Amino acid sequence: MLTDHRATDPSPSQRDVFTLRRRPPSERLVDLGFRQLTLVLASMVAIVLLGIFLTVFQGAREAIAEFGLNFLTTSGWDPVNEDYGAFIAIYGTLVSSILSLLIAVPLGVGTAIFITEDLMPTVVRDAIGLMVELLAAIPSVVLGLWAIFVMEPAIRPALGLLHSLLGWSPFFNTIPQGPGMAPAILILVVMILPIITAISRDALNQVPVELRQGAYGVGTTRWGAIFSVILPAAISAITGGVMLALGRAMGETMAVTMIIGNSLNFDLSLLAPGNTIASMLANQFGEADGIQVSALMYAALILMVLTFLVNMAAQLIVKRLSLRY
Amino acid sequence: MTNPSPIGYSNSSLFDRRPLHFDPNLKRNRLNQLFTTVAGLFASIAILPLFLVLIYVLVQGGKLISLTMFTELPPPPGLEGGGIGNAVLGTILVTAIAALIAIPVGVGGGIYLSEYSSRGWFAQFVGFGNDVLAGVPSIISGVFVYGIVVSTRFFFDQSFSAMAGGIALSVLMLPTVIKTTDEGLKLVPQELRMGAYGVGASRFVTITRVTLPSAFTPIATGVVLAIARAAGETAPLIFTALFSPFWPEGVFNPIATMSVLIFNFAIMPYEAQNELAWAASFVLVMMILAANILARWISRFAKV
Repeated sequence: MLTDHRATDPSPSQRDVFTLRRRPPSERLVDLGFRQLTLVLASMVAIVLLGIFLTVFQGAREAIAEFGLNFLTTSGWDPVNEDYGAFIAIYGTLVSSILSLLIAVPLGVGTAIFITEDLMPTVVRDAIGLMVELLAAIPSVVLGLWAIFVMEPAIRPALGLLHSLLGWSPFFNTIPQGPGMAPAILILVVMILPIITAISRDALNQVPVELRQGAYGVGTTRWGAIFSVILPAAISAITGGVMLALGRAMGETMAVTMIIGNSLNFDLSLLAPGNTIASMLANQFGEADGIQVSALMYAALILMVLTFLVNMAAQLIVKRLSLRY
Repeated sequence: MTNPSPIGYSNSSLFDRRPLHFDPNLKRNRLNQLFTTVAGLFASIAILPLFLVLIYVLVQGGKLISLTMFTELPPPPGLEGGGIGNAVLGTILVTAIAALIAIPVGVGGGIYLSEYSSRGWFAQFVGFGNDVLAGVPSIISGVFVYGIVVSTRFFFDQSFSAMAGGIALSVLMLPTVIKTTDEGLKLVPQELRMGAYGVGASRFVTITRVTLPSAFTPIATGVVLAIARAAGETAPLIFTALFSPFWPEGVFNPIATMSVLIFNFAIMPYEAQNELAWAASFVLVMMILAANILARWISRFAKV
């Protein structure tokens, strides 16, 4: 064969087609350079992450040395005497995010079921799905504005009723008079609902169609299948989504800052003004100086560690509870 | 079985025969109905805030929209009139700075993850770091940029600046851009790359001329959504870009943005300022909804 080819030597122009192209060194250099460039760009994530941690830690060092772990359990915030403790803010962060999660999880998962399981015509389901996505796009600060001028005055009578019914308990023993923990929790519900709905919807959509068919095949009702087959199959991803939403709720700043009242006094009552780490940062960072900056950085460090732990837990849960079918 | 057979077959439970037509009075069918109603109720509660917020923003903000809104400065506290022109410009400027930083870095990082080392330990580490970065609260990125840029007076001895605000927003955009680039590129069929190598293209040419263009749609969708999200962010801006009642004076000075204007003016006790906050909300929400619709429109091309 080879000799045949040599015998009928192709014309010069034809021969060009069959020769191997030599890669010029410049091309290799470009290839290598591009690879190194993308490598550097990819490592920016690690650098930024490390930078965030080091900057916040470095900023907080002075306060850590000054207040130590007492910072977590004391509730004074006194710029005049330079005495700081973040207990109120930590308590507010945990209480507001966990209570909002308790309300948002049934609502979000219920909505996700409503738009994934075949309960309604497709048009309705698509419309609701689109609206939930748009709700996620509304900026936090606009929700805060709405909460101040519309939501809080509207729900004050309801909160007042709550106070007159349950005023004997320490959790409802203040008269609602404006910004407070309860409206902040409600606005947090609005903010984390779209996350829970979106992740639950994806999780439910990924349940194999055979599982549904099997369930319907043995004659169950729609909700029988949802409760005993579909939800258990999707529970790991849903739980992971709920944890992500918890992390988001802890770090949520603007809407909460505008409606929570930013109190520096501790009050167990949910109807009284409260504070969270994020809202404390938003309110005081701009005007702070000296050790107050350091104390705020310390609070930011605590918030970072909290959200980091929650996000880790989310990933672990997804792995640990992964698909049982 | 508690249900005796309605048409008189034997009551032995195992072979209990029921009529095959749908009986709405069965307990399970009633429960089914009940749960569907509850889920529908939950779904309506979930979308109720969207309607209420949109209606109020449209009504309260829409009635104030006029040309002066975009051409005038906000009035000093207590005075009437004025507009939000500087804040509109500022939002565009700060978001543009953020996009100029985050898009090249994010797309480059995404290319590395999906094209060069999709299974190496480094790619896994970066992917993990990206998830962690996505979970960092937005205000922390403000604290970070305050620490490295604002408090150190990094740029020409200036403290608060539009540049610092843009950097803070870019930190928030980065995880989204990397993730969408990575996932968009992974959707590109391997055969396309093989084809490009087969005709003698180099790696660089393959990626920039074949792989990236075919993943353009998902990347562009993600980038537009990331920009929209960044444009609405407030928390990182309140102590990086700060605020300014004047027209933008370059990127190394404090700058007004719509989101910070909303925050500042909402908590002021003056009617005129509160109204400007509503007007700014209207403009901001319209911009963000338009970006979302644009993203949706771009993503339609993916299906063709």
